[in-house]
Amino acid sequence: MQKSVIVESLSKNYFKKEAVKQISFSIHENEILGLLGPNGCGKTTTIAMMLGLLKPTNGKVIIHGLDIEKNRISLLHKMNFISPYIELPKKLTVKENLIVYGKLYGVKFISDRIKYLSEKLRLEEFINKKTGELSSGQKNRVSLAKALINEPSILFLDEPTASLDPETGDFVRSFIEKISKEKKMSILLASHNMDEVKRLCKNVLMMNNGIIIDKGTPDHLIEKHGKKNLEEVFLKLNRNNNELE
Amino acid sequence: MSLNRIIGLFLRHFFLIKSSLPRILDLIYWPTIQIILWGFISKFFTIYSDYYNNTVGVILTCAILYDFLFRSSISFNMLFLEEIWSRNFTNLFIAPMRISEIITALVGTALIRTLIGLVPAILITSPLFGISILNLGIPLFFLFLSLYIFGITLGLFVSSGLLRYGPAFENIAWSSLFLLAPLGCIYYPIEILPDFFQNVAKGLPLVYIFEEARSILVNQVVNYSNIKNAFMLNGIYLLIGITLFYYSFSQARKKGSLINIGE
Repeated sequence: MQKSVIVESLSKNYFKKEAVKQISFSIHENEILGLLGPNGCGKTTTIAMMLGLLKPTNGKVIIHGLDIEKNRISLLHKMNFISPYIELPKKLTVKENLIVYGKLYGVKFISDRIKYLSEKLRLEEFINKKTGELSSGQKNRVSLAKALINEPSILFLDEPTASLDPETGDFVRSFIEKISKEKKMSILLASHNMDEVKRLCKNVLMMNNGIIIDKGTPDHLIEKHGKKNLEEVFLKLNRNNNELE
Repeated sequence: MSLNRIIGLFLRHFFLIKSSLPRILDLIYWPTIQIILWGFISKFFTIYSDYYNNTVGVILTCAILYDFLFRSSISFNMLFLEEIWSRNFTNLFIAPMRISEIITALVGTALIRTLIGLVPAILITSPLFGISILNLGIPLFFLFLSLYIFGITLGLFVSSGLLRYGPAFENIAWSSLFLLAPLGCIYYPIEILPDFFQNVAKGLPLVYIFEEARSILVNQVVNYSNIKNAFMLNGIYLLIGITLFYYSFSQARKKGSLINIGE
């Protein structure tokens, strides 16, 4: 299968601190790749470089064969991002927010696209409500709708189900699973929810202190480290790595 | 440049304003209070000052012009601050928007915000004080345009700071124009300033714009060289402002301020 994203020897230094150190990996078409690691390990910095928000100190991010540094605007048309740490304007209604982002991404038939996403993500009942008045589960679905407004071929999901109740979390996970297969998307999923990662991801990268400390399929990692589940693998790898540091 | 994306960013702020009566009232309230206050001061000077006794409304006209400058600059900064306050900044910069499209959208939206605030204030000057800013005639258009360009330029300088240093730069956004007001010679001729400050003031387009307004109202003389000087200086500052904005964006991408700007 074709590689949609290739990350080559990517590094980021903030003054003297190395946040990301020479990491390399790739994401195939129709693949959900998990990115696991403790807070501050370099996940967000890596995603920011892949989105062109942050200039790498060294290395390259190649998306659909093009360097993001040289083709930022044209590649951003094909990408999108969701994170609980960024929000949509609270005073705008859900529909207004989707219209704005539809325009910013150059979506041709915005009304049709909003209607489609509203049905799929069950937004109809609050589409004309202000985004700030919604529950966190509803807001999460709206953010997902915004992230899908441009039918991206590459999607970055940073803790997409953080602080959601189990039912909404399951709905979001099922939706991601379904849409990634239907649209053959490449997805990078950063999460602290190990069950979510095991359920959705074909492959997993384990990150700590700015480097990839292990990678493989969830089952392979569990077997390799002789643990019962992914959470135990995560804890073992991070403890070992912290001791070495 | 994509018109669609420019309209998209304009709509983001249009939706925000149209759905909030307090925001609309806030836009109108301050210019109106400002104009009424200066209207009474102006009326007092008209009666008691030799310099102004034959020229009704010189101060008031200059106050309106200054407020136009103030509002256009603040409007530009506010549009930028709104993105930071609503934690929408990252969403905006991962959308495929060019810097030129962002600047164009903010310039257009800032003009509409400014006019919402200032038009009602201008309309009340005639029935309340018997003064019309239209007395300035055709040069009024050039004076407004010149002030608007300078207001936007100041907005670009401040937004560059916000982009690079984040919300910590917010206070500068509010105080930037107060810093220039004494040197702008808004209500008095440049000769009032000490020699050193006169030289500094001559480097600002404001001096020529307000000198021109007074020249038309007091002496009924239109001096196009003032307007020309103002536009020339504006062109230079605008170019510096746009360059600085691009540079700040590039620095923000290096230092990572686009990721955590709302924090």
